[in-house]
Amino acid sequence: MHVPDGFLNVGTSVAAGVIAAVAVGVALTRAKAEQPTEYSVPMVGLVASFIFAGQMINFPVGAGTSGHLIGAALAAVLVGPWTAVLCLTAVLVVQALLFADGGITALGTNVTLMGVVAVFAAWGVFVLLRMLLPKRAAFVGGSAAVAALVSVPVAALAFTLLYAIGGQVPIDLGLLAGTMIGWHSIIGIGEAIITGVVVSTVVATRPDLVYGLRRFPVTSAPVAREPVGA
Amino acid sequence: MRQARGPVSAKWFFGIAFVLVAAIVGVGFFASSNPDGLEFVAQSLGFSGSASESATSGSPVADYAVAGVENAWLATALAGLAGVALVLVLGMVLGLAVRRSRREPVEPS
Repeated sequence: MHVPDGFLNVGTSVAAGVIAAVAVGVALTRAKAEQPTEYSVPMVGLVASFIFAGQMINFPVGAGTSGHLIGAALAAVLVGPWTAVLCLTAVLVVQALLFADGGITALGTNVTLMGVVAVFAAWGVFVLLRMLLPKRAAFVGGSAAVAALVSVPVAALAFTLLYAIGGQVPIDLGLLAGTMIGWHSIIGIGEAIITGVVVSTVVATRPDLVYGLRRFPVTSAPVAREPVGA
Repeated sequence: MRQARGPVSAKWFFGIAFVLVAAIVGVGFFASSNPDGLEFVAQSLGFSGSASESATSGSPVADYAVAGVENAWLATALAGLAGVALVLVLGMVLGLAVRRSRREPVEPS
């Protein structure tokens, strides 16, 4: 859902840019608390590069449309929501500056939609499910998938709101909301499958690397082969 | 609080993961060339015309294809690998930045 230059007027793009800049600034401070593990550096690099790779691949969703991973839920659950904001922003900046994917004046819009709205929509759903479900590692992959499923149409709704404020071409906003949310709910299924598989795989192999598992008292994942530190 | 570290050593975990990420863009199932959700909606509702071409459309890797490489698959695979490598480095710098600026290092790693 990379917004190109020209869809939104300058004022709206600047406002979205301010939101994005503030969010990234806060994230740079808050992400510190999320990264106390010794594997933070490779893990953040891995998540960011996986999102770049995932966003490159368009899967068909029927009727001549395609979708691609956003990766907001995946990043939020694996490395924490504030670090996820930084990962998504790094990917979106590289895409806009080098790959001509997403506009330059629309960079703030894209960071706001995919790097902030999608991330916190996903994280909100994940935290809610974590409170409701038994605290078992087995549920984390499924919760991440549901969070992913919700995050895509919520980002689509956020685009509709921005378009309502500063869309360049006047169109029926109700129709825009319905079409955006409808298609992105279908795309969200692909997002959910990829996120669920990836998060479940990391939970099964290296549960210590999963941020979303950290508040669990014990993990039901396989027993450590390496000696566990005191 | 410590958690079980799981059945795979960190070396293997990150090794296999990075190879998989490279394989995703290297093999290149960039599958569907159909417009994505937003483009499709913009076309069907009639506001896609307001999109202007990106200021970076002259980039040597614009639209995920290395300029000058004839083979479309190779052009995309190379652009993807370059992008993955760059984002990996950026991500690790970010990881380092948020770790370095901690007030007190918890443990040497």
